[in-house]
Amino acid sequence: MLDKIKEFASEFFVTGDPLILGAQVSIGLSMVAIIFVLTFFKKWRWLWTEWLTSVDHKKIGIMYIIASILMLFRGGVDALLMRVQLAAPELEFLVPEHYNQIFTTHGVIMILFMAMPLMFGLFNIVVPLQIGARDVAFPFLNSLSFWMFFFGAMLFNVSFIIGGSPDAGWLAYPPLSELSGSPGLGQDFYIWGIQISGIGSLATGINFVVTILKMRAPGMKLMQMPMFVWSVLSSCITIMFAFPILTVTLFLLFIDRYLGAHFFTLDGGGNPMMYINLIWMWGHPEVYIVILPAFGIFSEVVSAFSKKKLFGYKSMVFALMSISFFSFFTWAHHFFTMGSGANVNAFFALTTMLIAIPTGVKVFNWLFTMYRGRIKFTTPMMWTIAFIPCFVVGGMTGVLLSVAPADFQFHNSYFLIAHFHQVLIGGVVFGYFAGLYYWWPKMFGFRLHEGLGKWAFWFWNIGFYVCFMPQYALGLMGMTRRFNAYDFDMGWQPLNVVSTVGAFLMGIAFIFQVWQIAHSIKFYKKEKDGDAWDGRTLEWSIPSPAPLYNFARLPQVTSQDEWWEEKQRIANGQPAKPLVPLEPIHMPKNSGIPFIMSLCWFTAGFGFVWDWLWMAIPGLIGVAICMLVRSFSYDTDYYIPVDEIERTEAALRGTK
Amino acid sequence: MAHAVSTPAGAHGGHGAGHGGGHHDDHHDQESLKTFGFWLFLITDVILFGTLFATYVVLRLNTDGGPTGAELLEMNGIIISTFILLTSSFTSGIAVLEMNKGNKRGLILWLAITAVLGASFVFLEVNEFMHLVHEGANIGTSAYWSAFFVLVGTHGLHVSVGLVWMVALILQLSRRGITPVTKRKVSIISLYWHFLDVVWIFVFSIVYLMGVM
Amino acid sequence: MENHNANAHNAHGGSMKSYVIGFLFSIILTIIPLVVVMNDMLSKTATTVLILIMAILQFAVQLIFFMHIRDEEKPRFNLMALIFGLVILLTIVAGSIWIMTYNAVAS
Repeated sequence: MLDKIKEFASEFFVTGDPLILGAQVSIGLSMVAIIFVLTFFKKWRWLWTEWLTSVDHKKIGIMYIIASILMLFRGGVDALLMRVQLAAPELEFLVPEHYNQIFTTHGVIMILFMAMPLMFGLFNIVVPLQIGARDVAFPFLNSLSFWMFFFGAMLFNVSFIIGGSPDAGWLAYPPLSELSGSPGLGQDFYIWGIQISGIGSLATGINFVVTILKMRAPGMKLMQMPMFVWSVLSSCITIMFAFPILTVTLFLLFIDRYLGAHFFTLDGGGNPMMYINLIWMWGHPEVYIVILPAFGIFSEVVSAFSKKKLFGYKSMVFALMSISFFSFFTWAHHFFTMGSGANVNAFFALTTMLIAIPTGVKVFNWLFTMYRGRIKFTTPMMWTIAFIPCFVVGGMTGVLLSVAPADFQFHNSYFLIAHFHQVLIGGVVFGYFAGLYYWWPKMFGFRLHEGLGKWAFWFWNIGFYVCFMPQYALGLMGMTRRFNAYDFDMGWQPLNVVSTVGAFLMGIAFIFQVWQIAHSIKFYKKEKDGDAWDGRTLEWSIPSPAPLYNFARLPQVTSQDEWWEEKQRIANGQPAKPLVPLEPIHMPKNSGIPFIMSLCWFTAGFGFVWDWLWMAIPGLIGVAICMLVRSFSYDTDYYIPVDEIERTEAALRGTK
Repeated sequence: MAHAVSTPAGAHGGHGAGHGGGHHDDHHDQESLKTFGFWLFLITDVILFGTLFATYVVLRLNTDGGPTGAELLEMNGIIISTFILLTSSFTSGIAVLEMNKGNKRGLILWLAITAVLGASFVFLEVNEFMHLVHEGANIGTSAYWSAFFVLVGTHGLHVSVGLVWMVALILQLSRRGITPVTKRKVSIISLYWHFLDVVWIFVFSIVYLMGVM
Repeated sequence: MENHNANAHNAHGGSMKSYVIGFLFSIILTIIPLVVVMNDMLSKTATTVLILIMAILQFAVQLIFFMHIRDEEKPRFNLMALIFGLVILLTIVAGSIWIMTYNAVAS
């Protein structure tokens, strides 16, 4: 019996690597610690009723952000491990197969489990407040989306200690990712983790499109929406059309592995190149999905801290929407070298160059917004200013890559690596940091320490250039991606050392950010009113953090930058808008179903990974039961009475 | 809103815009939001099937020396199931008409007829698959058959999910009658049913008709 | 309240007549290609074109007579979403065929 258990455990857990063993022990210890703390302070019930079952968009947003920062930590550690391995030739810090796992998980985690949830977190917190709504269109579905993402991410991450990590690259090209190339369980964790969280992302996309189109405050026309809301709309439309493709592609790969089908295999008439074609039909729009909201954030921040209306509002809207559309017509530039013929390559090279135009338009809009503005150099503004040159260089190296014949030289070299890190860090990460710093007071009701934030800013920026500029050169010197070791006589070592130093500077920057948050919590100073930055849009018109129902009275919108105009009117001595009497507010009830249903998905996914039908089938049945229970429950909402609203408002705004 | 596609203009202005915030109006807005959300979901489903069709079309000649569709597909059964599904799309429409008249019994009856037609469609499909496997074509036979089974099977799975949903809805209708909420649910499911009919038309045309010609 | 809703719903949307017309159309549009294919009446290219035209017409019939897409009030977000979806659908299918023509695996 004991032998059997031992044998099972050695297959179940990843064994034999001291790094992983250390991780297992620390994960186990922190789990015990969390359970102990929750039990000791009797917080289980609080956790369940206030957070796990919450359908409040603000709380869901905060949970997204916490999860994404944890994922940033893990993805960052992966990156540092890789940089250490590459610091010297022929190093044996990571064995090749471990190195393969780490670059795979680094890519997946950073894009799907860091950038996406950070983005969704900001959507959740900001969009309803900016359009003057009380929640998103489908609060229950919103909660379900979060838990699907969360359990999907957990399923993916658990492969690190149980069963083995995926190691076929972040997009898992077959035939390597087929059963013949990756017989281990890692690839199945990959498929199910992404599949489950992908369903959540799709639902979020639909949810926010409906919210933005149908739930704006009375009077707010589409062309009066804040630019961030426009960027969310364009991003969510892209999600709606791109994510089903990912779902199908991964599903087909799963069928290949699980039922022995021949979609992408080398035998049986399968065609691996079809997978590459399909996955990039999702993959290319995906990069625009994560960058578009960052453009929205920059637009908000630039206008708020230049004390000016955004320059070229209409051209900005046009640029966002056209990028969202054209992002579906450029996918083949990811595989120019596949040999699809000169016409195909020429077409996709042209569309790729075309999509750079609306992006360029936006850069000029931001510059002209700053021109002759009274610029305040706060941390959100600094990230925005740092973004512009960084993204311009990243964009231009992208245009170099889009030249199909030249791409045969650049393809899969470190030139490419440097390019996409420059647009993803310089664009997406800088953008979401700007957003996080900008809306932090709104989320939590206190500010982050600016001084520490500036230290983090400079470490990030200097670290970034030190890390990635050498990689352009390394790419041109012939270093290709996914190498775990190189020869002494290649002459690549000096630049690699520089690059590693840069990576660690960014690591230090992250520590500064953690310190900044801890410091600001310790010296907690409550915001006096909700308008932390003398803002322009509706979210700054209500207390920080916003009450459950957001707006006691729905705002009447007459112009773009409504809150700013309102403040101007009052400053000019015009009367404020008359207050309409309060009315009971219609709110959704909390529900445990999203959490339980996602847990069932997790169970089903875990069962399929191990080919344990006794686990997978009950998991799926659980999902079906959850759906039916929801369908049969009609008592899903309630009203907040007027006197309760009055009490809350009086407490928040300091009794009058 | 006889059908999901149209949404009241009032919803555009947002929650409680203009009207007194009465409970029923709130509900009404909620229902129209859900209908619009479901329409968007159907659009994402269009993309899902589109990807499957693209895969099928690209792999249609890759039979790897094994049996081809023209050799094994039996058109008789398919013609019958096509007409069954077409009729069920029609009967689900009649159910909505009965609902708009306020006739609960008629609504339940026509929904039940739709469900029975749907169930016979699924039954015929399962039969067809068993026949094909018996003839030596299963999902692992070649890329062509993988694409065939997954495309046709995904449609069948959609129909089966619709069946479970329809039964659940009939139970809710018999318990609660025609209310704004059940009304929205009936509109949505009939929309879903028409959508599956459209998908089947393309499966029938591209997989079967073009497969045997 | 109930009455008000019922009226609002009847104001735009299906009647028995529209459903019957739609049903008849869809049966006719199914039978035409079926007869042509089963009796080998046309060349291969002509049959393919015919089948696709009939399928698209049938799609239009379902949209108009069953799903009442024409009844939507402005702004027509449903129609816009559908058109965008169809454009992307066409891109996926046509794009895949075009890209994969050179990469086809001999059967």
